[in-house]
Amino acid sequence: MNWKITKNNKPIGIADIPRGNVQQLRNALINQCRQGKRVVSFFGHPDRKGMVLFAVLTDDQNSRLLVACADLGAERAYPSITPEVPALHLFEREIFEQFGIEPQGHPWLKPVRYPFRRFDPSQNIGNYPFFRIEGEDIHEVGVGPIHAGIIEPGHFRFQCRGEKIHHLEIQLGYQHRGVEELFVGPINPGEPRFKPHLAERIAGDSAVAHATAYAQIMESLARIEVSRRAQAIRAIALELERIAVHVGDLGAISNDIAHLLGSAVFGAIRTAVINTSLSLCGSRFGQGLIRPGGVLYDLDDELKERMKRTLNKVLEDVIRMSESMLATSSVLSRLEKTGIVTKQQALDIGLVGPVARASGVAMDTRADHPFGNYRYFPIHKITMPGGDVFARTFMRYVEIKQSVNFILEQLEHFSREGSLSDPVENLMAEGFCVSMVEGWRGEIAHVVLTDIQGNPVRYKIKDPSFNNWLGLAIAVRNNGISDFPLCNKSFNLSYSGHDL
Amino acid sequence: MLNPLKIRWHQGHQTIPNVRTAAVDAKFPGLPVLNDDLLAEDAAALQNLCPTKAISIDPLRIDLGKCIFCGDCERFCKNGAIRFSNEYKLASTSRQQLIVDRRTSADTYRKSAIRVREEIKRLFGKSLKLRSVSAGGCNTCEMELNACGNVNFDMGRFGIEIVASPRHADGIVITGPISENMAQPLEDAYRATPDPKIVILAGSCAISGGIFAHSPTLKREFLQKYPVDLFVPGCPFHPLTFINGVLDFLGRK
Repeated sequence: MNWKITKNNKPIGIADIPRGNVQQLRNALINQCRQGKRVVSFFGHPDRKGMVLFAVLTDDQNSRLLVACADLGAERAYPSITPEVPALHLFEREIFEQFGIEPQGHPWLKPVRYPFRRFDPSQNIGNYPFFRIEGEDIHEVGVGPIHAGIIEPGHFRFQCRGEKIHHLEIQLGYQHRGVEELFVGPINPGEPRFKPHLAERIAGDSAVAHATAYAQIMESLARIEVSRRAQAIRAIALELERIAVHVGDLGAISNDIAHLLGSAVFGAIRTAVINTSLSLCGSRFGQGLIRPGGVLYDLDDELKERMKRTLNKVLEDVIRMSESMLATSSVLSRLEKTGIVTKQQALDIGLVGPVARASGVAMDTRADHPFGNYRYFPIHKITMPGGDVFARTFMRYVEIKQSVNFILEQLEHFSREGSLSDPVENLMAEGFCVSMVEGWRGEIAHVVLTDIQGNPVRYKIKDPSFNNWLGLAIAVRNNGISDFPLCNKSFNLSYSGHDL
Repeated sequence: MLNPLKIRWHQGHQTIPNVRTAAVDAKFPGLPVLNDDLLAEDAAALQNLCPTKAISIDPLRIDLGKCIFCGDCERFCKNGAIRFSNEYKLASTSRQQLIVDRRTSADTYRKSAIRVREEIKRLFGKSLKLRSVSAGGCNTCEMELNACGNVNFDMGRFGIEIVASPRHADGIVITGPISENMAQPLEDAYRATPDPKIVILAGSCAISGGIFAHSPTLKREFLQKYPVDLFVPGCPFHPLTFINGVLDFLGRK
């Protein structure tokens, strides 16, 4: 079976996507993944004739995307691909949960998020079929959905022997609010065509990243490119978001090992960073900045100077605090060799973002599938070999430095030529487009299918959390249960981004 | 040993000295100021434009319980019929008071928005412990609620804290539009909180469903069953909006 070759933000016609039967798609997918391709998205979409499965793979080395689909027709089942390509496990579960298309032989065919429109409405979030280990010495710990702090809801079920975690099962879905569906459909007359406000609320800590993906997909469908000025402002906002969350994560990690100085100091530094977003666009999370066609706020000289001063101070403070903290033996003893994910595990289950890079996997959408201003200011991919909490912590530290320097470079080259925003019109009819953005958590992928008016008939969102939740469950195995919060903070995954 | 001390010295005093009078950036969209200049031809378009249908016309009104403070209406009305000030004291004890019109100013809003109840003052005036229930939002309200307790805003100095169990709490703070999947856990948390107790809805999602208001996945019966004591608008709310709202609600200076 052939694949349609495309690129990040390059739309193709739905009719141009090679169509086979599910056996052909399965074989082709397994074949490509054996040759080093990676799954970006795999989803079902019912068209007039029946269910169609769409697969989007990435060829990171050549910055290409591969797209193909399969007509299921009247078939309700197919041999599961997960035993051959484990990274597909959650995608297949999602399709099964939504449409009842059974991947036969799937090793872990359980609910994903109990969506409102599920194939089997009798499935209830209160009756999740948890895995259990039986035995005299085994005890179970259940946490959530409401947690002890101010955290999104989710349930964690531990099977422990003494203090040691044998198995953790993470059950999500509590944040499900039907985001993908809200993107679909024609708009009532007179209403704005675009829904950037919704994109900013897919996962609020990644508002800029998701809004960028949404804007890019609409601009690609309209075959326009926004000005370099708007691209620069978007890139600055995306890196500000990365810095803010990474600094916050260093604070949260400090807090979980009772390093209270780190917790307080990183917390204060984060405030300075998000207040910079506030002075750019009126939102501490970068909401309201990015719109299809460009940006709504400009960067004047005064703000540029203020940003430079703040970021230089942030850099200085982060270095001072991190160098002190990460040279403290009592800190290192908590971080090192805790919650290890090996490179092979990371590749097998398809981890993305800084947690994959901390396990030695060289991947970064900004470098592999450059978008916006990253095409002109290349990002160097950073990897670390450890795969433990220390590597994920140190990765945050290094990426903060990289992002601060990136923004300073953007500010240096910033030109106020070109428009802030351009019209986005005449969206491609019956088109298919993938937009990928490296959010602070990793690869965000939005996929859209449009109707004959160019309106979305399917809007598929993949937050990096979708890839990475299983990574957390793998990381905590054979660790003490008291290290769970620390491992959790080192991943800092999104519930809303997963549950949609 | 000396290094941490140096870092502390270098950081200085980060806490906002007075949260009642703290200034926020001019770009922060707070209380909208409306005037009579709305052009007739703009009026209908304005209602369509608003992503959460927070605007009504004749007379022009904005519902802060629905508003996500995106500023689309402000940009649309070229003649300045709607302008967002950076006034962040937006909380109210009444759902109805959240609807502002052209007679509303920061002064009139502040005077009418919060009604202090004696029993609340007596019971919780010196100490209020809250349980946070996140129910289907995007996590920005949760991040801002966390920020209320950080070194900058330090809500703990007023005896207001988020606690780890409903059993320790005097009330609950709800963020998010209340998804169907969270409806039961929310009810459980409320019932596990000992009486007398209060309910705070924080953020436009919790107050009205916000940007998700029309999603079939929400289940908001909780709000018909139990009384709400305080509404904190914003998408997300600013930490100063939350802290000032709670302080006013408790009748604190």
